[in-house]
Amino acid sequence: MRKQNLVVRFAGEGGQGVVTAAEMLARAAASVGYHVQTFSTFPSQIMGGPTWTQTRISTVPVHSAGDELDVLVALNREAYITHRDEVRHGGIVLHDSSFEAHSDSGDIGVPFDELAKRAGEARSANMVIIGALAHLVNMPLEYFENFVRQRFKGRDAIIDSNVAALSLGKEHAASSEIQIGELDNPIKPSNEQIMVKGNEALALGALAAGLNFYIGYPISPATTILVFMEHNLVGPGKFAHQVSSEIEAISGILGAGFAGKKAMTATAGPGFSLMSEGLGLGWMAEIPCVVVDVQRGGPATGLPTKTEQSDLLACMHPAHGDVAMPVIAPGSVEECFYGAVMAFNWAERYQGPVILMSEMSMADRAQNIPKPDLSQVKVEDRQVYRGGNGYLRYDGFELSPMPIPGSPGAYVANGSEHDAMGDTTHLASRHIQMTQRRFSKLKLLENEAYEREKASEPIAVMTWGGSKGPSWEAYKTLIEEGEPLAWYYTMFLHPLPVALVEELRKKELVIVPELNYQGQFSSVLRSLGIRAESITQYTGLPFKVGSLVENIRLKAGAMREGMVKA
Amino acid sequence: MADRMERTDQPMENNVVVAGIGCSGNLVHLLEGSQPYGFHGIHGRSLPISMGVKMAQPELNVIVVAGDGDFLSIGGEHIAPQAGRNLNITAVVMDNGVYGLTKGQSSPTTELGRTTSSTPFGKIEDALNPLELYLTLGVSFIASGFSSQPRVLGRLISEGMDHQGFAVVHVQSPCTTYNDTYEIIKGNPKKGIEGTMWTIMPDHDPSDRALAYARIQEGGLPIGVIYKDTRRPSLDQRLHEIQEKVPARTTQDIINSFQF
Repeated sequence: MRKQNLVVRFAGEGGQGVVTAAEMLARAAASVGYHVQTFSTFPSQIMGGPTWTQTRISTVPVHSAGDELDVLVALNREAYITHRDEVRHGGIVLHDSSFEAHSDSGDIGVPFDELAKRAGEARSANMVIIGALAHLVNMPLEYFENFVRQRFKGRDAIIDSNVAALSLGKEHAASSEIQIGELDNPIKPSNEQIMVKGNEALALGALAAGLNFYIGYPISPATTILVFMEHNLVGPGKFAHQVSSEIEAISGILGAGFAGKKAMTATAGPGFSLMSEGLGLGWMAEIPCVVVDVQRGGPATGLPTKTEQSDLLACMHPAHGDVAMPVIAPGSVEECFYGAVMAFNWAERYQGPVILMSEMSMADRAQNIPKPDLSQVKVEDRQVYRGGNGYLRYDGFELSPMPIPGSPGAYVANGSEHDAMGDTTHLASRHIQMTQRRFSKLKLLENEAYEREKASEPIAVMTWGGSKGPSWEAYKTLIEEGEPLAWYYTMFLHPLPVALVEELRKKELVIVPELNYQGQFSSVLRSLGIRAESITQYTGLPFKVGSLVENIRLKAGAMREGMVKA
Repeated sequence: MADRMERTDQPMENNVVVAGIGCSGNLVHLLEGSQPYGFHGIHGRSLPISMGVKMAQPELNVIVVAGDGDFLSIGGEHIAPQAGRNLNITAVVMDNGVYGLTKGQSSPTTELGRTTSSTPFGKIEDALNPLELYLTLGVSFIASGFSSQPRVLGRLISEGMDHQGFAVVHVQSPCTTYNDTYEIIKGNPKKGIEGTMWTIMPDHDPSDRALAYARIQEGGLPIGVIYKDTRRPSLDQRLHEIQEKVPARTTQDIINSFQF
């Protein structure tokens, strides 16, 4: 049987082109119809330091980066030693011939740089690697040659040397006569595809939702959103700008949201902490805006370039006082697009800040996704007040239309407790009314969609955010093995869809895989009267499917045993 | 300020007053008659909020009202970036040299050695010279005024609002409860107090940075426009220039660029 999956890890020193090689392999494979996903981790420095990127190629859609390596490409000895234990039984090590390497099933030393020079372009070592890989899985070299011709269109010398490098790499690997089995032909997806990273998908979703004001401050792993906006949010009525701190960023988008714009900023943990007071102001003064938190490992500076899901409680309650912020957490690169659209729709619908949570593992991973169809994207706009002056902006216990500066209906947007006009008052009756008003608006958000499978089973798996991919693959594996388990999932974490909460309350156990120490999401579920327990991990890396299969089986088994005894 | 807002042919709703927290913040609620929009935000952040409002709708007239604590202490980090951007707003800073709302703690402009509730043995920090700070940071319009001269002050604020760029009108606005400096500023001939205020003469050239610095070094409370740089474009003008140059792409175009 031919292989349906190929997992290749490129490991070496930062600046050696590890990321480029992995992304080229992914792009070339995607261009002929494979499903691909990359995952990378790198040190927080400009150049140097150990780095690795993994590419998974599959004939079917992929949800995780893959547990075990079919091929490890080691560009130096340190990389080989660090990663060799993750090569699967029967996998191969492709390494630079400057050092010795051994693998049970085979290892090939390739003089990457020397072959690149022979091809006429010292920077084409990537192509030598890819040529050698093509031999290992018996992939036609034309896939890559066509990709090179497209990518360097018009630059014939570069095309020639890269194509030569591909051939030299393939020939060299072929001389070893080692192969790991042929990758099955791609099944071209029926709809058009784009290749994007999570942060790009998120930024595109924001544009699709009508974003027209973006300011931000550089911070890993959210910086790419700022850079994207500086390049793309251009034109009449649009503004993208780098400001001097996250405090400026949150204050600025509040000013813009107040002045009628769809405004966003994106940050990571440390910046999010700085936005705390501003978020409270947005909640208090009822100003629509979207704040993206691309999670990394925390607290403080923590692990700037690693992944973790440890900001959930902070995102739900980012500020002092009675505040419960709406939170949307996409679980895949494709959901990053639609999650961003919904974040704006929510902000406009309930008139207040919305937190859009992503995480490092999604932000930087490139993946093919169906090209979003803008005609199918439903965009919501806030209710705007269009009457004359003397309007009572904050009257009543529920949402009311919002006046925009430049049109009649002047009021004071106030972070102090206020009367109907927005003027400061500390009257108990008014604080009671306004607190109830602010919380009542959350009801506008609690009827969104959620996923469910085998809903009649008493034990369920329900993960959140970027752990969706590995959890889904683990769930599918367990179902195939005959484990009776239900699956629930939603990106709308706060407020959760009411119907979903009702269903989960009936479960004997809800198992929650999540990447934090405290089991943050399961604690939220328990506060809602749901019997939830977490499977936690806090290594800075995403879950592996194999470990989830094992741990879910253990937890479900223990629960079932208890149920029988009782 | 209200007078200047009414003077233009623009409707009142094109004006937005952004205030911080402190006694100054209440100004946003005190304006009478036809109302401008107000934003009574959080302590120290009136400048970045005003940047959001102004860059969202550059045609709006945006005024910041702040106190010395709000503007120079907790909000001090926001002055330099707006100066660099030459954000087209006017900030009216009411300096009373004290935290009045919290009942009399020392502020950046409280003088060295002064006893306040938070400096019971005398303040051990030097007082900040705000005018010197603004000039150093590159604020493109700097004026200095006094709250008991409302007509002169009105003229200074009006000139600041006419200025295309970041204007700061720094006003000595004594707190009658916690730091009453009226007598020191105005003087009292009966007690032999000379008074520290003096009027900047018409021969002063406010476009000359070195002269502006010299005026500030003369000490006391100067009244008038100290510095005015009309050559630098404001942030909204700079943005406009970029928008003329860089072709805008539709969201569909941008999505298509990710096809392979």
